[in-house]
Amino acid sequence: MPAPRPGARTGPRGWAEGAARVRAAAPTEPGRLRLVGAALAALVVAFGALTAWQVSERAAAADDVVHRSQRLSNDAADIYRSLADADTTAAAGFLAGPQEPRDVRERFERDIARASELLVRAAAATGGSGPAHRRITELNERLPVYTGLVETARATNRQGLPLGGAYLRHANAQMRSELLPAAAELYEEETARLDADYADARAWPWAALGLGALALAGLAAAQRREFLRTNRVFNQGLVGASAATAVILLWLVAGHAVADGRLADSRDQGAVSLRVLTTARIDALRARGDEALTLVARGAVLNESNEDFYEAGYRSGMARVIGDAPSPTGTEAGTGTGDGANADDGAAEGSLLGRARKLADDAEGREPVREAIEAVRQWQDRHREARAADEAGSYDQALAKVIGGKGTTGESFDRVDAGLDRALAHERREFELAANDGRGALAGLPAGAIALAVLGAAAAVLGIGRRLAEYR
Amino acid sequence: MSEEGRETGVANSRGRRLRGWGGVATMAAGVLVATALVPAVRSEAARDPGSVRPWALPEQQVTRTPGQSQAQGQGEGQGQARGTGEGQPSGQGTAQAQQAADDSCGNPEASLRPSTDSGPAVERIRARGHLIAGVDQNSYRWGYRDPATGDLAGFDIDLVRAIARNLLGSPDKVVFRAIPTNQRIPALKAGTVDVVVRTMTINCKRKQDVAFSTAYFQAGQQVLAPRGSTITAFDRTLAGRTVCTAKGSTGEAELARQSHGAKVTTVPNQLDCLVRLQLGTVDAVVTDNALAAGQAAQDPAVRLVGTPFTKEPYGVAMNQADTDLVRRVNHVLEEFRAGGADSPWMRAYRTWLAADLKDISGPPAPVYQD
Repeated sequence: MPAPRPGARTGPRGWAEGAARVRAAAPTEPGRLRLVGAALAALVVAFGALTAWQVSERAAAADDVVHRSQRLSNDAADIYRSLADADTTAAAGFLAGPQEPRDVRERFERDIARASELLVRAAAATGGSGPAHRRITELNERLPVYTGLVETARATNRQGLPLGGAYLRHANAQMRSELLPAAAELYEEETARLDADYADARAWPWAALGLGALALAGLAAAQRREFLRTNRVFNQGLVGASAATAVILLWLVAGHAVADGRLADSRDQGAVSLRVLTTARIDALRARGDEALTLVARGAVLNESNEDFYEAGYRSGMARVIGDAPSPTGTEAGTGTGDGANADDGAAEGSLLGRARKLADDAEGREPVREAIEAVRQWQDRHREARAADEAGSYDQALAKVIGGKGTTGESFDRVDAGLDRALAHERREFELAANDGRGALAGLPAGAIALAVLGAAAAVLGIGRRLAEYR
Repeated sequence: MSEEGRETGVANSRGRRLRGWGGVATMAAGVLVATALVPAVRSEAARDPGSVRPWALPEQQVTRTPGQSQAQGQGEGQGQARGTGEGQPSGQGTAQAQQAADDSCGNPEASLRPSTDSGPAVERIRARGHLIAGVDQNSYRWGYRDPATGDLAGFDIDLVRAIARNLLGSPDKVVFRAIPTNQRIPALKAGTVDVVVRTMTINCKRKQDVAFSTAYFQAGQQVLAPRGSTITAFDRTLAGRTVCTAKGSTGEAELARQSHGAKVTTVPNQLDCLVRLQLGTVDAVVTDNALAAGQAAQDPAVRLVGTPFTKEPYGVAMNQADTDLVRRVNHVLEEFRAGGADSPWMRAYRTWLAADLKDISGPPAPVYQD
């Protein structure tokens, strides 16, 4: 919109003519008033348009958070979890003997099918290039190799050969050195995209805010100028324009602040909690896998400090999940009285579950985490018993404490997994609620800003026009 | 926001100046309120989101306690774990080192003369009513858990039962403890087991910590290759091929000394070599022949080739204080060897080993130091 409103025509000639008229008009008061009016109207309209544009951009980014990047990040986490679950299930099924239980076999197949399905979906969503796509390709290549090794392990185990255990360990080595790192990187990629969308949605619209302040300052100056010249305190038109501009500015600031706040909520309470819980769940899965592999390997693999490789893996996994200090007493009878009150004796501050407990902001979110913490403690107690039995040479006793029904570490692990699953579902709901609120806070703002700006500009023109009329 | 703007002509000079800013002040107040809202809403919501970085790779965020695996979580297949499951010296390794160690204690195979006299150790076992034996459960045909029955079986297990029968009158009065390689010597020293029968090679270094019986089997490093392979022994036929051996094993030390032009791959456990061989990533395996026999028994497509190129005698290990038990076990071994082709030793050999470890005509002769 050209500044010299009076007489401005399209085309270079019109422009030159207009410029000449502006120069001609500048020394006279009516001319100056026209210029001021035009400038004010342009400023207000420009402010409205900029606001609408910047807010639309943020709304689109918030939309991406809710509908695209968070979903992709969840899918990537699910791929990771399915792979870890498959590996853990394979190890547990192997321990059950040559006749693998039917439900274990089905769980393994479900995990692999789920991972394959999600990989196809992720591939479609990420396009044909980039690091995420490379990870997906890698996973697609490695997954059949891995399942092949697990099948060989099964077949060999059915023949009663110790070689089956070696195959299973080889499959597990592939999983931990190739597949899981690739899945973790894919999750990283998708999460980085989520963070980028968050940053886009939450960036303050400084340009619009600055232009709004400038428009207000211009209107203020015009009113002061009029007062100094005419002694009139209020010019209705200019006051109306100021009001419209201030409303847009207020709306923008308030709307963005609310959106920013709710998006921050969705990130802190949702996305960050989801990450911590997902990590905890996968680490728990891997600790469970290592626990089972300790019995599959039967002391055949040692690490550099001459400890059992898998038992060390279990311990470091548990240290990540819940921290180093294990509770000395069994927490068998924890029936859960109230929430949060007795939660502090569970997980170490910096551990994943400790962080998850801290991030959970309501009783409904804390409860499943508290249950998971309690179940992990029970798991650790039972694991210690199992290890003691195994180290004393009672392999069968140790085995009975690890797989099977009641009183086993497997039961405890299932409780941990179920608790974390519920906590994840809760956080996912929280996330969606907050993110949708944040998205909603910007609704109507672009259209409203344009409408108000047009009204404001019209008011400014009318206000100035009234003064001009006095010169006729 | 602003009242009806009546144009007043009041001309008080002070009031005039103030009033000139009336509309402006109202707007400024509005903007101020708006900006004040922002930090309030933000600080309520923004709870330090950037400081939480939960998603480093799990491996990277481990806070390790001392003595935990260094490369935890990454690539056990790369083999930072130590080989095990057979008579490989866990601290030392090379044949030369063993040779040097041999010099330091004379003939390591020499043990105490057999005797049936009961001493404190034998009395202790009898008072308890059962023998506690540390065994392996990973070595096929030596000490392994038969998946069909879940019971321990193998050459070593037969020997333990023979000791139990001699001491306690029944081959079933035994509690087996499956102990990993690194726990063999600590378990004996702590007294949690009476004997360790676990494909354990007799050498001078170990004799500083534990006592050994006479040798009950003569093993040695040998090459395992697929049937029809051009590899025929530990010689030039290995040139240009890839050979697998357990990390930290005698085989690794021998290959470091003389590889015959072969590329060497190491794995955590000797059995992992058979996995690699079946998957086609290696062409042959170097391990001790007793364990190689266990591998060949699990895969009819591979066989032992050439002859053993080291000597690794297996012995029953006991606490050094239990000299009466050592003599008693040596007595059991004398009985185990006696009887020519029909001796218990030959029967166990035929049951467990003969199919894959051919051409052994009898047990190694005992050597005594006194």
